[in-house]
Amino acid sequence: MDITEFDHHSPIPGTTIFDGKMAMKGYALNKMCYSFNGAAARAQYLADPEAYMEKFGLNDEQKQACRDKDVLAMIAAGGNIYYLAKFAGIYRLDVQDIGAQQTGMTKEEFKEKLRKAGD
Amino acid sequence: MAKILGGLTTSHIPAVGNAIHNGLFDDPYWKPFFDGYPPIRAWLDEHKPDLAINIYNDHGLGFFLDRMPTFAIGAAHEYRNEDEGWGIPQLPPFPGAPEVSWHIIESMVEQEFDITSCQELPVDHGFVVPMQLFWPGAPNNPDMPRTIPISANTVQHPIPTLKRALDFGKALRRAIQSYPEDLKVVVLGTGGLSHQLDGERAGFINKEFDQYCMEKIVDDPEALTKISRMELVEKAGAQGTEFLMWMMMRGALGDKVVRRHSNYHIPISNTGAGTMLLECVE
Ligand SMILES: [Fe+2]
Repeated sequence: MDITEFDHHSPIPGTTIFDGKMAMKGYALNKMCYSFNGAAARAQYLADPEAYMEKFGLNDEQKQACRDKDVLAMIAAGGNIYYLAKFAGIYRLDVQDIGAQQTGMTKEEFKEKLRKAGD
Repeated sequence: MAKILGGLTTSHIPAVGNAIHNGLFDDPYWKPFFDGYPPIRAWLDEHKPDLAINIYNDHGLGFFLDRMPTFAIGAAHEYRNEDEGWGIPQLPPFPGAPEVSWHIIESMVEQEFDITSCQELPVDHGFVVPMQLFWPGAPNNPDMPRTIPISANTVQHPIPTLKRALDFGKALRRAIQSYPEDLKVVVLGTGGLSHQLDGERAGFINKEFDQYCMEKIVDDPEALTKISRMELVEKAGAQGTEFLMWMMMRGALGDKVVRRHSNYHIPISNTGAGTMLLECVE
């Protein structure tokens, strides 16, 4: 279903508004990530990621983004950061790790950027 | 009759939970943040509230996108802090106040706020971290009040407007004040301030806007209702929309408040961290 006619958000650079359109697009991916609240699910994913992604019906774009642990690609594929944070948790990545990855910085550079915001 | 003593605001960053667990109170990174809390604890120690209404936003533990309530009110006997994906140590359950919850739910719907009632609600860092900051050792602190969690949706747009959040708080005030038993109540507004975790703009923090919000919320919260939701995303960052919880809290305090304490520090994790104590004026 095309619901582009309901897109009333003016773009904010570097920011995806997670609205109904994105929620529909990313449902399977987000549902998988939501399951990672449970330790057993996290272990199951790590044991066989392909089977686990298949079980939740991820599409190819979502699967590849997960294989690559590529946060920007996961967002483009409909991922919501609140659920993606649980995916990141599997690999012990914190919000500075994923911030650095998305901005193309080292973690130290990213933390410095955060510190500078206080000046 | 129940009486609202005041409002407490704080950021609720997950990393704070770890820092508390590891006792990093005097660590140079953490000290300017943790130093914002003793004056609020002293005030709580003096007033000893019976009930803490904790307005927070769930981050994908209590709710998923299959059913996403815009406003949800806990009505459980206790609230459990469950694993939210990182395997951090969980706490014993927080005691609820279901008879007060149902009074509030009745009153809110009477006032035409159509909320979701929750007889089970696992609570995440958004609820737990503020409790740990205000009542060290929570929930095992001897002064730990009973609690009612209220969660507003900031996960998925459309999120509530700032005006709706403030109006929710105003209705909540009437709901609490009409409770027939004597109860001393504090209202927590948790989350924010500016931060963005996702996208190429990750790491965005806006000191000037945070300070504007912390200033206006004291004496002129109505001015903040002029901010549109997209403007809030732009100026506070995608997750800075959690400021809605502060608006809900502020609405519950009545027209006039006194700012007893305020602290602001950048950065804690990826966030501009703000803390306030606002006391109600009768
Ligand atoms: Fe949050």
